[in-house]
Amino acid sequence: MSNNLRFKTSKFIDETYRISFKFNNKTYFGFKGDTLASALLANGIHLVGRSFKYHRPRGIMTSGSEEPNAIIQLHDNSSRTEPNVRATEVEIYEGLVASSQNCWPSVNFDVGGINNLLSPILPAGFYYKTFMWPASFWEKYEYFIRKSAGLGKSPKVADPDIYEHKYIHCDVLVIGAGISGIIASKMAAKNGFKTLLVDEKSYLGGSSIYDNSEFSKINNQITSSWLEKEINEISKLENLEIKIRTSVAAFHGYNFLLARENLTDHLPINQRENKVRQRLLKIRAKKVITATGSIERPLIFDNNDRPGILLSSAIKKYIDLYGVACGENNILFTNNDTAYETAMSLIQRGIKINAIIDNREQIDSKISYEVEKNNIEIYKGYTVVDTYGYKRINKISIMKLSKDGQTVIGDKTKLNCDCLGVSGGWTPAVHLFTQSGGKLKFREEDQIFIPNVYPSDQISIGSCNGDFGLEEIIKNTLSSIKKFLDIDNSEYKTVETISGLNQSKRNIWLLPSDKSIGKTKSFVDYQNDATAKDIKLALREGFRSIEHVKRYTTTGMGTDQGKLGNMHALGIISETAGTKMGEHGTTTFRPPYTPLTFGTIVGRNVGEFFDIFRRTPIHDWHVANHAEFENVGQWKRAWYYPKDNENMHQAVQRESKAARDSAGILDASTLGKIDIQGTDASEFLNRVYTNAWSKLAVGKCRYGLMLNEDGMVYDDGVTTRLGENHYIMTTTTGGAANVLGKLEDYLQTEWPELDVYLSSVTDHYATISVCGPNSKKIVSKVIPDLDLSDEKFPHMSFKNAKIDNIKCRVMRISFTGEHSYEINIQANYGKSVWEKCMEAGKDFNITPYGTETMHLLRAEKGFIIVGQDTDATMTPIDLQMDWIVSKKKYDFIGKRSLYRSDTIREDRKQLVGLLTENPEEVLEEGAQIVADIKKSPIEMLGHVTSSYYSPNLKKSIALGVVKGGKNMLGQKLIIPMENKNINVTVADPVFLDKEGERLNAKL
Amino acid sequence: MFLINCPFCGEREQSEFKAGGEAHIVRPKQPTELSDDEWAEYLFMRKNIKGVQFERWNHVHGCRKWFNMVRDTSNDQIKAVYKMGEKPPVE
Repeated sequence: MSNNLRFKTSKFIDETYRISFKFNNKTYFGFKGDTLASALLANGIHLVGRSFKYHRPRGIMTSGSEEPNAIIQLHDNSSRTEPNVRATEVEIYEGLVASSQNCWPSVNFDVGGINNLLSPILPAGFYYKTFMWPASFWEKYEYFIRKSAGLGKSPKVADPDIYEHKYIHCDVLVIGAGISGIIASKMAAKNGFKTLLVDEKSYLGGSSIYDNSEFSKINNQITSSWLEKEINEISKLENLEIKIRTSVAAFHGYNFLLARENLTDHLPINQRENKVRQRLLKIRAKKVITATGSIERPLIFDNNDRPGILLSSAIKKYIDLYGVACGENNILFTNNDTAYETAMSLIQRGIKINAIIDNREQIDSKISYEVEKNNIEIYKGYTVVDTYGYKRINKISIMKLSKDGQTVIGDKTKLNCDCLGVSGGWTPAVHLFTQSGGKLKFREEDQIFIPNVYPSDQISIGSCNGDFGLEEIIKNTLSSIKKFLDIDNSEYKTVETISGLNQSKRNIWLLPSDKSIGKTKSFVDYQNDATAKDIKLALREGFRSIEHVKRYTTTGMGTDQGKLGNMHALGIISETAGTKMGEHGTTTFRPPYTPLTFGTIVGRNVGEFFDIFRRTPIHDWHVANHAEFENVGQWKRAWYYPKDNENMHQAVQRESKAARDSAGILDASTLGKIDIQGTDASEFLNRVYTNAWSKLAVGKCRYGLMLNEDGMVYDDGVTTRLGENHYIMTTTTGGAANVLGKLEDYLQTEWPELDVYLSSVTDHYATISVCGPNSKKIVSKVIPDLDLSDEKFPHMSFKNAKIDNIKCRVMRISFTGEHSYEINIQANYGKSVWEKCMEAGKDFNITPYGTETMHLLRAEKGFIIVGQDTDATMTPIDLQMDWIVSKKKYDFIGKRSLYRSDTIREDRKQLVGLLTENPEEVLEEGAQIVADIKKSPIEMLGHVTSSYYSPNLKKSIALGVVKGGKNMLGQKLIIPMENKNINVTVADPVFLDKEGERLNAKL
Repeated sequence: MFLINCPFCGEREQSEFKAGGEAHIVRPKQPTELSDDEWAEYLFMRKNIKGVQFERWNHVHGCRKWFNMVRDTSNDQIKAVYKMGEKPPVE
């Protein structure tokens, strides 16, 4: 059978290039130029999948991106597997493996087919209605529903392919390379516009490129020949870039468009290595010309979904472009003239047409007379009322339509066929136009929506603008483009067209049947199995808005977004509800026009480029010394350094003890550093910090707290006065960028009169903190020339120094409560200075410690971490840090908010220390704090913010926020946990060395 | 995504910019003199207009300058862009 389905007449098929491929584990052959769909049809295969809900056998329905049925899984069980691919868009290549979806065990015998028999009890909203009660059962239902839902299978491993993004700027973007797109591109490019022409297909020319009919001619040439010459000409234009296999996915405001360019999907697998598979084009076009064409409408009648039922235009394309006959006994069913073009293509190749069923009583066009002349019976004023054949159509029954088209009359006639072509007229592809914000209008005479109000510098031409006849398309394209581009064009002085088609049409949204609607299955949305009956049911149940009907029946919610059936759904709604078409509007067309792969969307931002990592200059040392890392913002920070199979707890305990007993060393390079200069630098700091800065002497450091205007703590850090008008501010690691942004904001917008300059220097310096009782001895070995005596270099001061003749800044500041030094040196020397410190500290058991130990040590001292102990609801007063809030300063950011009625409440959550009754018990951070567990509901007083086991105090310590906690010192509270209640006592948040003896100890 | 004509750099992608809320809200010179209600008015109250709105924008991934912009929030058309301190255009 398969031999005589291929006709050696197409120049688009290379018959010298045979390609083998696998479909459902069987090997088939096709030719270069075939799509998977055309190759399957050439092999006589129509059945390719099962429908979503009823598991009905489904075949190839269309020849393009609008395909609802023939969606397949590519390369199942391989890393390149891809679900929901339209067989009509896959160009075959050597090694192609495809399989059917949504069927088990096979597409020919599918257990789920039982749903088709159960369909009377599976109406629209079945799942909503049935699985509501009891609510607690949902989890059990869900397991089974999920198993049976969904179409394809997602890949299990990482995508091996490469994707990328590219920006394109052009004067004119033309979307669609059909006849009007080609004309528009030529006019634009020849008139000096930098033009980009894109088309989703692998060839140019749209459907006109295979229009070889004697019934449509341009300048006395057959349309396809005329167009071929045009394409030849534009391919040579320098001003014009042409991209095929490129589908525009989204049309946003400001003429910003996203398109997916397919680069390797048509190549044999072994030729794809190291090539970019798909590219996301980000197009900025000054002007956009949309020439996206139109999509043929199916007809809605009982059992209109059987394999072997195709759009009439698809049958024409398969024979004219691919040289493939979809059937040997064809019937065409139409309400307009386009099916007669299909008929002529079949007649020319001697393919049998059993009959044409036409809704219209009167048919008056040259092409229809020509078809009649070939002795083909045309049933005028008839409709198909039913079809037969489970896995492939074998029969139809037809009846005469009543005058008003609402009922059928007379006897039923049965006709044999193996292929039924349907044509319900054409729907302009206005998806992109409406995505861009365009408003549509409804054209009564042929029941279509066409562009009306353009929101940006754009225009729609050709059949997506509602121009269908060849003459109309060319004439209107020429005049629109002339006006749109403001050109006086001489390219097309005389274009004469001849067309044998008439634009008459008899539109009936839902064709009548001799059965009651409840007994029919007339599919409106093939992919989601939504029928006309379902839509009527939704209306009966009270749904009126098109958006609600859509969601209730799932019409238009498949991967094809209802490209075929949405218009019919609207039509049936308006007919049933007795409203006028267009009154309801349409559902929203959302991007993407056709599905995009995730790979295209993320481009190169995968793996380590998904979110960039920042590494300190000492990072390699940490890695070499087996540090575990913690992500802090984008930074990789050393978390702890496990030794000899230590776990985290053991390592942190060891590090913490060493830092207080002898010496610890920390890489603090990630702290934000902002260089502040200018004659008003001191005044600026006065305004942004809560404390006073004017009197800070040069060479001194001070801790500062920064608030938001609402009084809540925003960031903290030590700022050092390097010179009269020169400071260096440190910020938290995570807050660095935001603090700089905030400071710039105030400088530029509120206080432009201040002479202050800010530069981020975070990455310019490596910062090494050496702490502990032996820190002085170590630093004096590293920087022997520096006088470290307490008189010359007291706590909270700074000195310029040199290490091996390299300048560095040394601050005596401490986040651990120990005597400590912070060495700041040009980043690229960081690692060598760190190694010097390690060498110098060898005799003192210098111990590198990570962020976890740093957190523990500061918690012993009750130092806060902004973002851990605070959460944008904490004022400095709440943190018991009243001492840092200047009473004298007239103003600073957030000052006024500190005495709003809300911020002076006594029962605000306030920071306290917490000690557990059992000193070995360590609280969980985030645990709730309560006072009374008998009351129901239990009142929550606060939560634990930081909690550790302190090896230096030999007990568990914690910080937390508690309502009114400031006045609760010594009070007993409870931390209720899953299995127990933990008793705690409110304590001073400073657990260790409140007097600062360690800091000031003479070393 | 719109194109924003930064008054310092020229036309750039929206992704280079950060929106900074309503424009022309001046920080009170003497906050301490204000009642809670007056301070709250400055602190919290912002318009959210469907239509022409005056906004602050920052060319955060460019020159880092703040500037003002007049935008119709109903269709994202940018009516004007002007530097901080300059008078807003009158319509």
